[in-house]
Amino acid sequence: MAESILETFGLTMKFGGVIAAHNINFKLKARELRCLIGPNGAGKSTFFKCITGQQTPTEGEVYLRGMDTSRWMPHQIASLGVGIKTQTPSVMNGLSVSENIWLSARRFHDGPEAKRKTREIIERLALGAIAKDQLGKLSHGERQLIELGLVIVGDPWLVLLDEPAAGLSGEDIERMTTIINEINKTAAIIIIEHDMQFIRSIAKIVTVFHQGAVLLEDRVDKVMSDPTVRNIYLGKRN
Amino acid sequence: MAGSFSRDVIATIGLTVVVIWILPYVISTFTITVLIVYGLLGLSLGLVWGYGGILCFGQAVFFGIGAYTYAISAINIGESTLPMLLSIIVPSLFAALLGAMMFYGRLTDVYLGVITLVVTLIFYRFINSTAGPHYKIGNAQLGGFNGIPGFQTLNIPGQPSSYIWGDGYFYFCAVVLAIVYLGVSILLRSDFGRIIVGIRENETRMSLLGYDVRARKTILFAIGGGIAGLSGALFANWGEIVTPSVFSLGQSAEIILWCIVGGLGTRFGPILGAAGLSYLKFLLGQQSFVDNTLITGLILVFFVLFLPKGIVPTIVNVWDLKFGRLLSDRFQKPRRNRKLRLNG
Ligand SMILES: Nc1ncnc2c1ncn2[C@@H]1O[C@H](COP(=O)(O)OP(=O)(O)O)[C@@H](O)[C@H]1O
Ligand SMILES: [Mg+2]
Repeated sequence: MAESILETFGLTMKFGGVIAAHNINFKLKARELRCLIGPNGAGKSTFFKCITGQQTPTEGEVYLRGMDTSRWMPHQIASLGVGIKTQTPSVMNGLSVSENIWLSARRFHDGPEAKRKTREIIERLALGAIAKDQLGKLSHGERQLIELGLVIVGDPWLVLLDEPAAGLSGEDIERMTTIINEINKTAAIIIIEHDMQFIRSIAKIVTVFHQGAVLLEDRVDKVMSDPTVRNIYLGKRN
Repeated sequence: MAGSFSRDVIATIGLTVVVIWILPYVISTFTITVLIVYGLLGLSLGLVWGYGGILCFGQAVFFGIGAYTYAISAINIGESTLPMLLSIIVPSLFAALLGAMMFYGRLTDVYLGVITLVVTLIFYRFINSTAGPHYKIGNAQLGGFNGIPGFQTLNIPGQPSSYIWGDGYFYFCAVVLAIVYLGVSILLRSDFGRIIVGIRENETRMSLLGYDVRARKTILFAIGGGIAGLSGALFANWGEIVTPSVFSLGQSAEIILWCIVGGLGTRFGPILGAAGLSYLKFLLGQQSFVDNTLITGLILVFFVLFLPKGIVPTIVNVWDLKFGRLLSDRFQKPRRNRKLRLNG
């Protein structure tokens, strides 16, 4: 059996009286692609933040490649090879596309190699025509894609995508799917999504979050036909 | 950052020459000297705030520490070279310490502002209360609100009795400002400088990319403290006395105003803002029809409402609109196919 690259034990996150995540035990194998679904407020983003170190779990542990990283800082976890696309696009809006990508490349490569890597990613994502444009002036879809570019520059082995297809047009979603499949050749991915069609097209195993806890974890077709899932999902979807 | 470094060097030399040769026909060199010193102080906050996104309400602290370090060590040492160096090193170390406490403590911007403000107040109060004869460092009497007069002023290195004063001191300050300006330009062009700007743009993203934001902000803060300290020492030499007013809240507030008026995110803006507003204050000080602070307040309101980006960025924008676009429209290929495509 392949070893887990991510494992959480009894992961719990409380914000005052609100329990955003409750006793989550989660496992992910290398190069696995997992979908995370659940209604708004189910604790999916909080779960991601506990993995990346943006939140320190109130209780429980996070293990990345066998190391207890529960109390690590975000930059230490990122340096291990964990990338995240946050729910609200988080990019350097005042800088150009190539400057953004360079900043990511520079973290893992020195001088000329960082430049080469920047050019490579710009070419790979076909961003050449807008390389000098300021990010703040680009469309939402372009920014989503560039954020994904930032994440993959460092060749991470774990990629967390928080609603990557949100607000994208059909054509952009197709592109996103292609890139995700490509990333998946070298990295494990967890995707939070609401778009059922999108999930069906990429996922094998789906984990369902509900009220901060894992409700169900199964193959995509099983999950989709589960009556409880249909109930909470259709009932509480925004 | 636009333009090449060689263009920076040429512009800096050109501007320095103008300041040294032409400005003295209009303003006395004694006055220009202090405008340059303030320009350096403005540049220090312009670097920390405009490029690092760290709004420090207490930049005057490092200015004051620089001035006092110079005065105290000049009295004890008697030759100005080491005191000059100390007046950069001591405030820089203090800034590193304070910065490390704030950034590693994960303080939010508001608390950062409050802490730097409070530190300014503490220094101002403390130095003011050192009038008694037992407040001595070596041979230097701190002197409370009377300050410290009578210290060794700048001399040619190794020759304590060959003073650099008058026009010579004016040239010296102009060259120092030019050198620090170029130093800041080099810093901002370096990888460290570009990363700092990335942190200003999005701290969370930068840490999620794996950058230790705290360490870099601390280093930048220390560099800013060192530059402010140097300007403090130059100020002490200019006035030949240091008084607690270098630590005053008014002084800190003015530095922020210089940056707003001159323009954040530029190197030249804060210098221009510092020199311009200080000269205005100097002119207003010679009359008594209108109140000084009233004018300062009106200027702030005017800029916040009508020129929120400050003078230099506004001029640059207008220039780009008039000429930049004209050129790029003529010489660049039209960017029509802007849709993203994946090349496998
Ligand atoms: N920083 C925070 N402070 C307080 N409450 C929070 C915070 N972050 C999330 N929550 C709460 O935790 C719960 C889960 O939120 P979240 O993880 O964003 O859900 P999801 O991503 O599944 O929509 C929500 O009730 C939300 O209001
Ligand atoms: Mg969410």
